[in-house]
Amino acid sequence: MTRKGRRRLVFMLAALFCMAGATALILVAFQDSLAYFQSPSDLVKAPPGPERAIRMGGLVAEGSVVRAGESLSFAVTDLANSVPVTYEGAVPDLFREGQGVVVEGHLLAGGTFRADTLLAKHDERYMPKEAVDALKAAGEWRPEGGSQ
Amino acid sequence: MIPEFGHYALVLAMVVALLQGSLPLWGAARGDQRLIAVARPAALLQLLLILLAFAALTWSHVVSDFTVANVVANSHSTKPLLYKISGVWGNHEGSLVLWVLILAIFGAAVALFGGNLPASLRARVIGVQGLIALGFLAFLVFTSNPFLRLELPPPDGNDLNPLLQDPGLAFHPPLLYLGYVGFSLVFAFAVAALLEGKVDAAWARWVRPWTLAAWTALTGGIALGSWWAYYELGWGGWWFWDPVENVSLIPWLCGTALLHSALVVEKRDALKVWTVLLAILAFSASLIGTFVVRSGVLTSVHAFAVDPERGVFILVLLFIAIGGSLVLFALRAPALKGGGIFAPVSREGGLLLNNLLLATAAATVFVGTLYPLFLELATGEKVSVGPPFFDKTFVPLAIPLLLVMGLGPFLPWKRADLGALLPRLALAGLGLVAAALVTALLLGGPVMAVVFLGLAAYLFLAALSELAERIRLFRGPWGESWNRLRGLPRAALGTTLAHAGLALAIAGMTASSAFKVESVIFAAPGETLSVADYQIRFEGVDRRQGPNYTADSATLTVLADGTEIATLRPERRLYSVQQRLTTEAAIRTTGLGDLYTVLGEPQPDGRWTLRLYWEPLVPWIWIGALLMATGGVVSLSDRRLRVGVARRRQAVAAE
Repeated sequence: MTRKGRRRLVFMLAALFCMAGATALILVAFQDSLAYFQSPSDLVKAPPGPERAIRMGGLVAEGSVVRAGESLSFAVTDLANSVPVTYEGAVPDLFREGQGVVVEGHLLAGGTFRADTLLAKHDERYMPKEAVDALKAAGEWRPEGGSQ
Repeated sequence: MIPEFGHYALVLAMVVALLQGSLPLWGAARGDQRLIAVARPAALLQLLLILLAFAALTWSHVVSDFTVANVVANSHSTKPLLYKISGVWGNHEGSLVLWVLILAIFGAAVALFGGNLPASLRARVIGVQGLIALGFLAFLVFTSNPFLRLELPPPDGNDLNPLLQDPGLAFHPPLLYLGYVGFSLVFAFAVAALLEGKVDAAWARWVRPWTLAAWTALTGGIALGSWWAYYELGWGGWWFWDPVENVSLIPWLCGTALLHSALVVEKRDALKVWTVLLAILAFSASLIGTFVVRSGVLTSVHAFAVDPERGVFILVLLFIAIGGSLVLFALRAPALKGGGIFAPVSREGGLLLNNLLLATAAATVFVGTLYPLFLELATGEKVSVGPPFFDKTFVPLAIPLLLVMGLGPFLPWKRADLGALLPRLALAGLGLVAAALVTALLLGGPVMAVVFLGLAAYLFLAALSELAERIRLFRGPWGESWNRLRGLPRAALGTTLAHAGLALAIAGMTASSAFKVESVIFAAPGETLSVADYQIRFEGVDRRQGPNYTADSATLTVLADGTEIATLRPERRLYSVQQRLTTEAAIRTTGLGDLYTVLGEPQPDGRWTLRLYWEPLVPWIWIGALLMATGGVVSLSDRRLRVGVARRRQAVAAE
């Protein structure tokens, strides 16, 4: 092989190595950090394993919020089914009973959802898209309740 | 009257864009000088018209003309003047007008200062700029008219989203757009080069200053955006891997790669095809950035409008621009004379490796950002890709990138001897080990913090030792070093600044992620709390009236070792028109870290929620970004890149 050819080969291999490396990284990362969107009804009907990262949207059930120091427990409902949630950490200003919420975390074996992040709506009129979708899927969506 | 005037100017601009995008290109293909001569006046006229339209829209906002729908939707008579002006681009229609305005400024800049370009290349560049402008103006005129009048004007407007009423955000979009649109010019140069069938060192010399300018603006824009998110959103975070942030990072990564590959074209006449492709990709990424944000497919504070008609228009525009240029690339790139192949261990080899890694990093961010969109379109399944994904893909890729970055500037062009090079990196290597050991043993940080604080120290010291070597610091008299420093090419100084700036920024990002202290407390007035090395006395909350909001303002006295050092007043504001709550964090910075305080909700028992954070090294992120942008500006002032130099060289070559 000529010197030029050999050098070309080195660059090709470097490029190939980069691409292969990136693909491998992406695939590995997809395996355990892709959060699937599910509604409370989905989780009740077909609970996924605790290893699966889940993003759940719905409303904070009325009368369900209990605060104990840093930790917080409440239920997320799509008005057809509801799932109990526990969470520790900072709570958004607009987290309220009866309002839209999106939680990210894992469904534990006992059917309780452990949330790592808690997202509430940004303002009085806006509701997280996933919360709207969950309500629509459960047939409980009333637009006059306030969309965006 | 004035809004109609603006609307008319916009429509005229669209017609001019049609001429600008067709006649010069046709002329350049046919060799018709008269058609080529249309390019310059058309570009200047285009700027004039869009300037008029922009001025008309600004005027409508400033005088609160509530017969204009755009003003009603985004303004209010009590809004402070600064936000009346920044409100012009704080919405979908207005931001597009700003976009085309910047596009027209760049087009006119080529017309005015491109005297040293061959006439046909200049005509093609201006022509391609005209086509881009045509797409955007048609989008504006047909789907997003900013001058739409209302039949029954309301007495007052709906106000601007209070989150956007902030001085930092007033300048974030213009800077970001300067960056995005700056790449349009590089793109136009790439397409023109494909049409001409020629890419040479002179082409690279013309492209580099524009790339540098765009990159500098984009760096500033992204940094400003993240700073805004940090102090305004009240979470003490500066980067959320939010799709909207990611789509600005992708063109930045492509642009950074382009900046370095254009060097290889200029110096070694190699990597030409790749550089042209990068120029196309950088602008395509900018287009996707602009439109993904605007189209509302990704919901966030940035998504202004959800309108199916607009969505389709956007997709068609993206398809024509990106698809068309890639097809042209596929057809014409083989005709570009390939450059020489070079030694793997050399400056150009290092730059190529940098390019491969940057392009890979850009690709991972792209996949992570758009995968949910594709998956939902294909299967209807909804997923979200969050920070963990990027921590596992982008972050590991940064490790080899930073290692090569420290080494690269030491490598000579053509051929290098790695063995002889390593001793010159001794100081940087020492810094790496020392920083890593301190992080691991004294602070007990996580692995990623150990690695990245080590790398930050390495990169910083590598950049400084390279500069010290160039100016023979400590090896000769001070005066000689000073003279050498002054005689240094500005581009070399720019490199040092940019690389050292990135090192600081990385130190800031790593330390603030790994060692952030956070506490959420319900506190009664009079209570003393502690966070990190500070005690904070909660004095109480007062109600205060602002120009267009009412605020609950807390008074916090900060004590260190029992002595009062500062008073902080975090606020919760209720903006009266939109009934939106925002939190205004109060921050005390020491340069080595920030004490970040947020007032949360009141509790039924009279206590208040307080969120207190200690964010170590966080100011370094923005100091670093500022250094990087300064590096860009300094490089831009390099003699080599000044307008006219290329002409003189050409003249010499012609003799």
